[in-house]
Amino acid sequence: MSGKRVVTLTVNGDRVEFLCEARQTLLEVLRNNLDLTGTKEGCSNGNCGACTVIMDGRPVVSCLVLAVEAEGSELRTIEGVARGSHLDEVQSAFLEGAALQCGICTPGFIVQTEALLEENPNPTEDDIRFYLAGNLCRCTGYDKIVRAVQAAAEARQVAAN
Amino acid sequence: MATAENPKYKVIGTRPVRHDGADKVTGRAKYGADIKLSGMLYAATLRSPHAHAKIKSIDTSKAEALPGVRAIVTSADLPAQGDRIVELGEGAANMRHLTANVLAREKVLYKGHAIAAVAADNIHIAEEAIKLIEVVYELLPPVMDVRKAMAADAPILNDDIRTASVGSAPAAKDSKPTNIAKHFLFEKGDIAAGFAKADVIVEREFDTAMVHQGYIEPHNATALWNTDGKITVWMSTQGSFSARQQTAELLKVPISSVKVIPTEIGGGFGGKISVYFPPVAALLSKKSGRPVKLVMSRASVFEATGPTPGSHMKVKLGATKDGQLVAGEAWIAFEAGAYTGSPIGPACMCVFACYDLPNGRVEGFDVCVNKPRTNAYRAPGSTHVAFATETLVDEICEKIGMDAADFRIKNAAKEGVRRVDGPVYARIGMVETVEAIKNSDHYKTPLEGKYRGRGIASGFWFNCGLKSSASATVNPDGTVSLLEGSTDIGGSRVGIAMQLAETLGITAEEVIPTVGDTDSAGYCDVTGGSRVTFATGIAAIEAAKDIQRQLVERAAMIWEVDVAQISYRDGGVHGPDGKFLSFKEMAGKLHATGGAVIGRGTSSAATQGGAFGTHCVDVEVDPELGKVQILRYTAAQDCGTAIHPSYVEGQIQGGAVQGIGWALNEEYWYDERGEMRNATYLDYRIPTCYDVPMIDTIIVEVPDPQHPYGVRGVGEVPICPPPAAIANAIYAAVGVRMHDLPMSPPRLSAEILKKK
Repeated sequence: MSGKRVVTLTVNGDRVEFLCEARQTLLEVLRNNLDLTGTKEGCSNGNCGACTVIMDGRPVVSCLVLAVEAEGSELRTIEGVARGSHLDEVQSAFLEGAALQCGICTPGFIVQTEALLEENPNPTEDDIRFYLAGNLCRCTGYDKIVRAVQAAAEARQVAAN
Repeated sequence: MATAENPKYKVIGTRPVRHDGADKVTGRAKYGADIKLSGMLYAATLRSPHAHAKIKSIDTSKAEALPGVRAIVTSADLPAQGDRIVELGEGAANMRHLTANVLAREKVLYKGHAIAAVAADNIHIAEEAIKLIEVVYELLPPVMDVRKAMAADAPILNDDIRTASVGSAPAAKDSKPTNIAKHFLFEKGDIAAGFAKADVIVEREFDTAMVHQGYIEPHNATALWNTDGKITVWMSTQGSFSARQQTAELLKVPISSVKVIPTEIGGGFGGKISVYFPPVAALLSKKSGRPVKLVMSRASVFEATGPTPGSHMKVKLGATKDGQLVAGEAWIAFEAGAYTGSPIGPACMCVFACYDLPNGRVEGFDVCVNKPRTNAYRAPGSTHVAFATETLVDEICEKIGMDAADFRIKNAAKEGVRRVDGPVYARIGMVETVEAIKNSDHYKTPLEGKYRGRGIASGFWFNCGLKSSASATVNPDGTVSLLEGSTDIGGSRVGIAMQLAETLGITAEEVIPTVGDTDSAGYCDVTGGSRVTFATGIAAIEAAKDIQRQLVERAAMIWEVDVAQISYRDGGVHGPDGKFLSFKEMAGKLHATGGAVIGRGTSSAATQGGAFGTHCVDVEVDPELGKVQILRYTAAQDCGTAIHPSYVEGQIQGGAVQGIGWALNEEYWYDERGEMRNATYLDYRIPTCYDVPMIDTIIVEVPDPQHPYGVRGVGEVPICPPPAAIANAIYAAVGVRMHDLPMSPPRLSAEILKKK
């Protein structure tokens, strides 16, 4: 397949340019071209949420976005969540609350949680479960994930006040 | 629900942040698919579109001609194995079957069966090339049902399989090929006399569908076959040493020619023990002279890895009217999938394992069908049989008017009781888990509301010991670098490090654990059987004791006294006249006293005492839709001693939710052609966080005397009780007894309609 395209966008605050084929997904380009392998592939059809990134403020599954569609967008991936060398509240809450076991779904959950707390800084348990229902975890049974999101929301509220 | 910190210990019972945590919340942790090597090729796999067919010919010439294609392999590139049985750590495998499962030889035995693989410059070229391979098939009728596969006139999958008898099963009468690979029979007492004493006998038939472990990370392997003949494999695996051995056996090279570098692993639950990709990637690398990466698609994970069997079971239980179990009988047939090897043995051993049953008879069959070759899945075989036995127990309790918890306490297996298959229990905590549920706030709070019901059920898993090793190097700053070979699926690194820390009297943070590759770490059997925190934990404790001995020798040198006058306790060496040097102070003197101190430890002979759990669930049934909502869930489990209570709770919660998925949604849905029609997460439908409530846990601690700190494995048994507990709750809610899994809306609404 010929006709590669140059795509220019912002990734985690940096201006980035890459060359891609029209058939390549954003997920493939993030992982293979840009070496941002923190975004995980679990199903490649939008079912599991492991590849969630925030695109122009909205969480998307990057396996269902073509790389060329990312032209001009602002992207935030798991690699852009920590503030320099400091974990943010969501990451800390996942660690402190043992909200991960194997960890493969964790980047997707953390990114989705960032989007949730941006939209709704004070979510109920039901809000959290509804917003995260597109992210699958097979290890934890979700209990500690939901509690970690609650803890992160609280920590962020405390920090804001 | 948190447990109190364990006052006997300083480190054990606390909740330190796991050592690999920062990498895993920042996306830095390297999983199998994240491996990238210079010059690496990407490979794709050609898979059978048919469930059962002879392969007449394979023509790869058009694929070879595609620009960018670098190598193609088929089964012709894998050495013939003949009839070899190889012990692989957690069970033996027939190499003829294992190699045919990696790349099909004369026949394909399930849809998705791998046939060939292509390595190319990128994955898209490899996938295009796959479509250019021409395979001519001769279609055969698929056998999809375990009972049909057992019939005398059934199409035969493997012409080399004859029925093997296990336990007291009689030898097979004829020597014709069969789909029945194994026949188990275990007996205890006098079953006729036992049932004669019964006032109430219940007998039911059960069917459960094939289900998958559903780990989020697909299988993967990247291999380099170097010019010196050495093969390096990067992969996510539950057992790097088992993967090394399987790869070496499949390629017929010495194990020392293969180095497996285990990456982080994105879930396994038993499904990442068997090898699929490493020999294929290695052969593609040999042919192309480049490293080659294979990553499986989600559909292939469902269609072509190792789910747990579907089953057909007939189980019968008898009890007296005052609630004494007197006899039990079970007939269990498991779908092995394409090749022999279902967990029918453990199923036969587990079916009555929760109870002190004086008279029992258990018969089991391992049956080949045109579905993927089954593998271990969390307490393999035990969930199926717990569904049968625990729903029968509920029915007996109803008939004799006895509380379900009281009945279980009265009949519970305990120390000294002999299981139907022979072994006698050591100290176990079945009674304690039922009592914990009986005394829980959940059980004591009445459940109100229409179409609501509560159920309880128990479960058992053996837990195994097997072989582990660890080494630990003291650093001059008072920390310890711990090296072990058990791949870490759910936080075992921190649990092992904590046991080393407890033994040396240092903190968990002062231990730096690493999971090593097969050339650097000592041998460890697979991460399975709920064994790692137990067995690799013992190895780490032994390594710590080895360090203690060496530090005592060093102190003797420093103080110029006899070693007999020195002891190691409370985090340091104590000598005569109140002399004391802390671990950190001793570490600071390493280089002045002879250099490195490296402790080593192994464990091998240990078996475990066994794990029991009892769960309580409240449900609400929508009588029109047949949909079940879980309202409240509490799981009590005997964990021996909880090393890191958060990860113990996490294992219980995760296992319970997998069991809930098995109970309510999950199933392989095949059409008559043998094609799985729901090979996506959306259609297979594992639980999401919106499907379940918080899972309350009660950690019961009945220490296992076989471990220095009393550890019992916790990972597997929590999957066993949920289907039965939910079935019992459904009965309490709407009055229908469910005998098939999953208890999905169509099945449940059909039963509700029948009752009307």
